[in-house]
Amino acid sequence: MAILIDENTKVLVQGMSGRIGKFHAEEMIEYGTNVVAGVTPGKGGETVLGRPVFNTVREAVEATGAEAALLFVPPPFAADAMMEAADAGIRTAVSVTDGIPSQDMMRVKRFLRRYPREKKMQLIGPNCAGVISPGKGFMGIMPPHIYMPGRVGIVGRSGTLGYEAASQMKALGIGVSTSVGIGGDPINGSSFKDILELFEADPDTDAVMLIGEIGGPQEAEAAAYVEAQMTKPVVAYIAGLSAPKGRKMGHAGAIISAFGESAQEKVEILSAVGITVAPNPSSMGQTMADVLARRVAA
Amino acid sequence: MDIHEHQAKEILAGFGVPVPRGGLAYSPEQAAFRARELGGTGWVVKAQVHAGGRGEAGGVKVCKSEHEVYDFAKGLLGRQLVTRQTDQNGKGVYRLWVEEATDIAKELYLGFVLDRKSERIMLVASSSGGMEIEEIAEEDPDSLVRMVVDPAHGLVEYQARELAFRLGLKGDQIGQMVKAVRACYRAYRDLDATMVEINPLVITGAGDLVALDAKMSFDTNALYRRPQVAALRDPSQEDSREAMAHDNGLAYVGLDGDIGCIINGAGLAMATMDMIKLSGGEPANFLDIGGGASPERVMTAFRTVLSDPNVSVILVNIFAGINRCDWVAKGVVEAYRAEGLTLPVVVRLAGTNVDEGRKIIDESGLPLITAETLAEAAEKAVAARPKKAA
Repeated sequence: MAILIDENTKVLVQGMSGRIGKFHAEEMIEYGTNVVAGVTPGKGGETVLGRPVFNTVREAVEATGAEAALLFVPPPFAADAMMEAADAGIRTAVSVTDGIPSQDMMRVKRFLRRYPREKKMQLIGPNCAGVISPGKGFMGIMPPHIYMPGRVGIVGRSGTLGYEAASQMKALGIGVSTSVGIGGDPINGSSFKDILELFEADPDTDAVMLIGEIGGPQEAEAAAYVEAQMTKPVVAYIAGLSAPKGRKMGHAGAIISAFGESAQEKVEILSAVGITVAPNPSSMGQTMADVLARRVAA
Repeated sequence: MDIHEHQAKEILAGFGVPVPRGGLAYSPEQAAFRARELGGTGWVVKAQVHAGGRGEAGGVKVCKSEHEVYDFAKGLLGRQLVTRQTDQNGKGVYRLWVEEATDIAKELYLGFVLDRKSERIMLVASSSGGMEIEEIAEEDPDSLVRMVVDPAHGLVEYQARELAFRLGLKGDQIGQMVKAVRACYRAYRDLDATMVEINPLVITGAGDLVALDAKMSFDTNALYRRPQVAALRDPSQEDSREAMAHDNGLAYVGLDGDIGCIINGAGLAMATMDMIKLSGGEPANFLDIGGGASPERVMTAFRTVLSDPNVSVILVNIFAGINRCDWVAKGVVEAYRAEGLTLPVVVRLAGTNVDEGRKIIDESGLPLITAETLAEAAEKAVAARPKKAA
């Protein structure tokens, strides 16, 4: 079944008329993703890649029954596009946009609280590679061929480091149920914990690879969830062992500014609750293989 | 993005925070003139640099005469000020802030930050001002008051009033504090700040509140809509390499090692640096080349990394998603030739168009060292370092 997206999920693309939106929408369609519509204000009535384009998300949802949205919207308009999607009844939205102001994200998170849990949109990102359920469909900018279908979930902040993990696992014959990039910004739609909850409930996922990095409290929050609720094994890697304090390492959120935010401290926090932490980024796949083997043996 | 103290004071004063009278000086003559202009018998001369810890580093002085102001300014201007928050090179002092001396009865701390746990703006205050917030948290944690602001309605007046009472303020100080707190919040919100800090916020001998120091940082992602803030950028306070990289669309952070890194994606960049360290080497930098890396961008990345004289090996690690390995390979080959490189370059390519990319590297005839995996790339880079003379 995978999480967030499968072969049946009806996906619309906000910003599909733009160059980048169109390029990635085409890749998604080629992979088999069920893209049903595009939304670009002012371009309603046009057709892109054989799909109808609407002026508003609401119109697109009413006409096509779209349940998920991928947003290719520039930073100044991205928050608005997220709120529009949430209010139109979209269940899952993925924002790949890098460079959204923090206060815009504060407003979006506050806005999403207007909806009861069962109606609340799950926002993934921003500043992420997206979501892929290998062999079924994807919403994002990742190279889909590096993922092999399987039963391990991946959740990470970084796009390329997620690719690295997926290809290491593929080389060892380990496939992926769904891979989710939660993004590198200080405020993101979904946290590690939010995605771990989905994997824990997914019958098609046996174990989870969590790829964190310096900065922020989310790995610690995930550790607390794993200790209290999670029955499936979790393997982790935390990037930024060599990152100096107080310097922003590319991602807006990758900065050690408080106690517990360094890679070393996060590794300790995760290890303390029984999560197997890969000793280096080149052994993420092997560590997962070892954990899966132990599980079968037990 | 950071700004100077005098700029932060000017901004906050505009929102209604009381600050001491003062003036900016770029020369000793101007500093002495500012003192005369302000009048009185005592002035504080403060180095304007983007770093804390100026006082103990000798960047701040209370002066009793115009001569003293002149002499102190003369000794300070043009110097590199090394504080506990700078590296060993310090920050250049090119401007001074001269302000009237304030009679201090008590020092408080007031700060606003982005709290990543609540994902909201958080107000932090303490009755133990004058020292760093980390020190307050260690030495007098009970004095810390934290309040989270709901973005739906902003900071509400009662929150500010409650804070004033919890800090032990009395009489007119309550109203002054409410006004100052709300002003700081509005400045934070309206200008897309990521940090506002008044430390110390003092109670004067006369019982009034005054912001004796002020620090503000801003969200670089929001500068497009805050041109008045963007205009306050001071390149003299930035690392020139980092500024150059930034202007070319690269994220670069200089470090102390000798293995130059060119990588796509922040996470993979950090992981590669970790792998170098675990293999016994030290990275010279963090560099994220970003998505859509053209051969030109790769060339710029090479130039940026090579501008660090400590670099003795370059490691290129690209896992292409929206990038293309053939483009990156082309850029590596061009850069190697154009720069007339002699130092070892290790290249690891994976992802989109990887076979085309490897072919370009193999057929270039250049002594490029190739690697298949992350671990192999790091090990080869460490091994390729020139042997130090014994």
